[in-house]
Formats: sequence, structure tokens, C-alpha cells
Amino acid sequence: MTTEQEAIAGPEILKAWIGADRVFEKKFDPELYHEVSQFIFREARLQDIHDYDAWEDLWTDDALYWVPANGTDIDPETQMSMVYDNRSRIALRVRQLKTGRRHSQTPPSQLARIISNFEFLKSATDDIKVVCNAQIFETNLRGDTMWAARNEYTLRRVDGALKMAYKKVVLVNNNKAIYTLSFLV
Amino acid sequence: MDGPVLADKWDALIEPGRVHGSLYYDTAIFKEEIEKIWFTTWVYIGHESEVPNNNDFVTKALGPMPVLMTRDRKGEVQLLLNRCPHRGNAVCVLEKGNKASFTCPYHSWTFSNDGALIGYAFPDGYQKAEKSELGLSKVTRVANYRGFIFGSMAAEGPTLEEHLGGAITALDRLCDNSPTGEVEITAGFLQHRTKANWKFILENECDGYHPAFVHSSIFSVADSGITDLYGADAVAVTRSFGNGHTEVDPRPEFRRRDKPLSWFNTKPERLPDYVQQMNEAYGPERAREIMIDGTPHIMIFPNLFIAEIQIFVIQPVSANESIQHVTALQFKGAPDMNRRLRQQTMGSVGPAGFLLADDTEMYERNQRGLEIRDPEYLYLKRGEHRERHDEDGYLIGHATDDLPSREIWKHYRSLMEDK
Ligand code: FES
Ligand SMILES: [Fe+2]
Repeated sequence: MTTEQEAIAGPEILKAWIGADRVFEKKFDPELYHEVSQFIFREARLQDIHDYDAWEDLWTDDALYWVPANGTDIDPETQMSMVYDNRSRIALRVRQLKTGRRHSQTPPSQLARIISNFEFLKSATDDIKVVCNAQIFETNLRGDTMWAARNEYTLRRVDGALKMAYKKVVLVNNNKAIYTLSFLV
Repeated sequence: MDGPVLADKWDALIEPGRVHGSLYYDTAIFKEEIEKIWFTTWVYIGHESEVPNNNDFVTKALGPMPVLMTRDRKGEVQLLLNRCPHRGNAVCVLEKGNKASFTCPYHSWTFSNDGALIGYAFPDGYQKAEKSELGLSKVTRVANYRGFIFGSMAAEGPTLEEHLGGAITALDRLCDNSPTGEVEITAGFLQHRTKANWKFILENECDGYHPAFVHSSIFSVADSGITDLYGADAVAVTRSFGNGHTEVDPRPEFRRRDKPLSWFNTKPERLPDYVQQMNEAYGPERAREIMIDGTPHIMIFPNLFIAEIQIFVIQPVSANESIQHVTALQFKGAPDMNRRLRQQTMGSVGPAGFLLADDTEMYERNQRGLEIRDPEYLYLKRGEHRERHDEDGYLIGHATDDLPSREIWKHYRSLMEDK
């Protein structure tokens, strides 16, 4: 063979969408598992039914809501994300939706999402770190759209109740051209 | 095609102040546009800062066609067509990277990143094949203006500078806002797909009539400073540079305010490093002027929209599908400014953006509306009676007028009409 053979690019390609290594928690705590999954199911339901105030209430004061583009662990401080909201921008997003004049959500998307594959990550603090998968069916004026994401949460107990300090939504196709995504993902 | 045919086809499709709906959904017209517009005129491809180092490459597009933008071993920017001359396979399926050569996976032909064929497998099988004639094809003409790389598939025609005409001053104005005189495209693109014809996007970019309504949800909850620009009493103007290039020029409003960085809804105290760099680069007087006027809002025909703080690259996919590629503008060497440019851009644009989700919703509703049979035409006469010429001879109108659409269609017709 006279041609140059390229190095196989496979692992490099994978890296962008698998992201950095994550350290999973080996101990299983059935009570925590139940509490966390119920919390996340409730969050999913509030999003599906567009209960914006109740959803906003789930966040801590230092919250970060992140939907990256073009990979899983991109640097959000140098690269574009689809959503990179601090607490005040989360509030703004909710306020816009509540005007009733957010045209891309008027009428609101009809949604049903399935959340599954919970796994806890090792946490160095009292924060609870958990990953899961989400599949969301959306139907709106444009038509039907299927979304799939790998989510990562940091949950914290505030006055006894769980709150979200961090939610990252990694759409599986976040490096492709995607339709408008103006419901709460 | 549902519309009129043959000799007077264009007369009937594009009248002064109204255009036929089929221009947005007819698949035969779309094919014709690809040939007569996208594969003829100058089209924006990418920015040289996207391939900063030798052997960098990034996948871009010219209309619906993918293009590999590379910086070759000698440092030249090349626009290669990603089609193996053997049987058509893709020689590169990665979005970006750094490679001196590309090997086709099918039969292992290998090409240098300037397109030359440098080797093929089992060469005994080729008796007289001319390697020099079997390289990757290239975009026929390539031109670079201040880092913005444009391509044209036509061997002859106007130069890029002739094509840009007066619009070139907008690119200069943009670069002036950088303390180094250079902008960079380094933050990666969001890709927003829409089920609408590309011309709805093109015409919306300088439509100052819609923001008060389409964006009222965000304007009512956030102080964006945009509301004054697009009201009925606005002093901002729309301008046509000819060749389909249109802009909204808010400088009259910003000069009236006379506050540096008011265009960006901020104050010098919030961006002290940037302001200091600007003063050092241009002297306080000129720096103040630049920071009052701000960056342009210009739609460079057919696909580059510079929207003050970000660029959109409009890509036609089919008659009723398009992609908006969007990213924050970055000013070389101005980190505090760049952070704010990214933050504001991420809030506004892309699939989840406070602004663009709703613009895009309008595009899709327009597209579906055209399936309704009557009236067959779209009505673009707003402000016809108040068009006038500015001191440079360019046509201007009120910020809320249909002047940009009318001027885009005039140029469109000149390209589409068989001469
Ligand atoms: S198709 Fe590329 S080498 Fe055969
Ligand atoms: Fe808009």
C-alpha cells in the first residue's frame, strides 16, 4: 500500500460526546435513590405541564442551568451553549414564558418525557450528584419532535427539601442542526 | 410550478411591492436559485480565525453543499469540495481538526490539504492516470476581506469588493470596534433548523417592523434598550447598499443618546479593560465615536448577517428547510468584552434563544401560510412613499419599512432572470 494510512479517529470522535470520565458511586442507598428519583420525576412533570413557578422554585440561589452545544464537556466560558443560565437568567426565562407572548410556546408544546437510568456520582461534599437519561416527545404547531438527552444534576438539601443547584442537559444531537427548543428541557 | 410561465415569468412573480408565494415553496425555483444565486454569486463561507494554524480544517458549506475550509501546509486558506474524484465518497467526515492530508476510506486515495492527489492504492492499476488532474475540486474563486472568507463557484463575475460595494464599510465598522482591528470567530456555532424557506430569514434580518410584536415577550420583562429603535417614532433608518445588501442603521439614535456603549446596553464602567484598550488603540476621541456608533446590523446577500454582537450564516437546505448557523463575534484581545458578547448572544439566539426561537416560529408559520391559496402574493409596499436617498446616494427608509425586502427582491430578480 503506497498511501498514507490515517490514525483511526474513533476515540477522538467519541470523546466530544461522551465527555470527561465520571466517577460513579458504588454504594447503593435505596432511600436516597427513591427520594432523588421522585424529585426528578416531579421536575419532569412540572416541565411537561408548564408549571413555571413551581419549576423555578426547585432551584437554589446559586443555580446553573446548562444545555451545551457541540459536545458534553465543552468550556462554557469560551464556547457557545444553547442555554447557560445563572439564577437570574433562569428567572428571566420563566418570566418570558409567563407573558403568554413567547410565540414559540403559544400554544405551549405538548410534552411527555421519560426519565431513566439513574446513577449516582461520587460527591466530595454533601451535594448529591446524579446522572440520568431523558427522552422527550414534543408536539407543537410545527409537528412532532423526539428529543434525547443525558442529564446531570447537582442536588442540595435546603431547609430539609431537595433543590437543584445544577442541571446540565446534554442533547445527544447537540452538534447537529436542531429545531427550536423553547420549552423547558 | 403553480405560477406563471416562460418569458414573463419573472415579471409576474416579482412585481414592485409584491412577490408571488411560490418563490418560497416551489422546488423548481429552489433548484434554479442554487444554480443562479448560490453557485454564482459570492457566498460567505467562514472566517480565517476558524483555522488559525497550518493544517487546521473545519467543515463549512456553500449553500446546500459542504465545503472543507483548510489552512494548508503553507498557511493558505483553501476551500475544497469534499467529494472524492474517484467515486464520490467523502474524504473527511469530521467537523473540524488538524490534518495535513485526507484519505478517502473507500479505496484509500489520499489528498493533501491543498486538494492535490498525493497517492492512491495499488498504483499499477493506473497506467496513465494524471495525478495532477485527479485532485479535490475547489471553490472556483476565493476572496478574503479582513478575515471573512467568501467563495464563488463562477469563474467570472464581479470581484468580492465589487459585490460588497458600500456594504464593505460595515465590515470595516465592525472591525473598528475591536481594539486590535480584528474580529475572531472562535466560540463554535449553534445550528438552528427551521422548516422555512431561506428568504424568509434573509428578509427578516433587516425588518424593523416585527421586533415590537414578535419580541414583546422579552422586551416586556428585560430592559434590552432595543424597543426605542424599532418604534413608530424611531430615528433609525434602513438602507440598501445595492446587490441585495441591506442594513438597519441605528446610529442616528445612538448619536442622539451620545453615550458610549449604549448600543450594547451597557456603560464604560462595566467594561473598563475594553474601554482602556479602545482609547489606547484609537485615541480617546475616535474611540468615543466608535463606541457610540457601535457595530453594524447588516444582511450581506445572500447569507451573512452581522447582527451587532453575533453573526448568522444562513444555509438553504430545500425549498422549505433552512439552517441558521450562529455564533458570538469576538474581538481579538478583548476578554471582558468577549465574555459579554458571548453571554448576550447565548441568551438571544439559537434554538432556545429569547429572540430567535420566536423569529424562527414566525418563519415556520409564514411557510405554512403559503399553502393557503389566496391571496397569492405577499405585500411589501410599506414605506414606498417615504423612500429617499442619503448623502451617499443609497436608498434609505424608516426603520420599520419594507425597503430591505423590496431591494433584496430587486437584486434577486437580476440574478434569476435569464439575460
Ligand atoms: S471513492 Fe474515494 S478512493 Fe474510491
Ligand atoms: Fe427578530
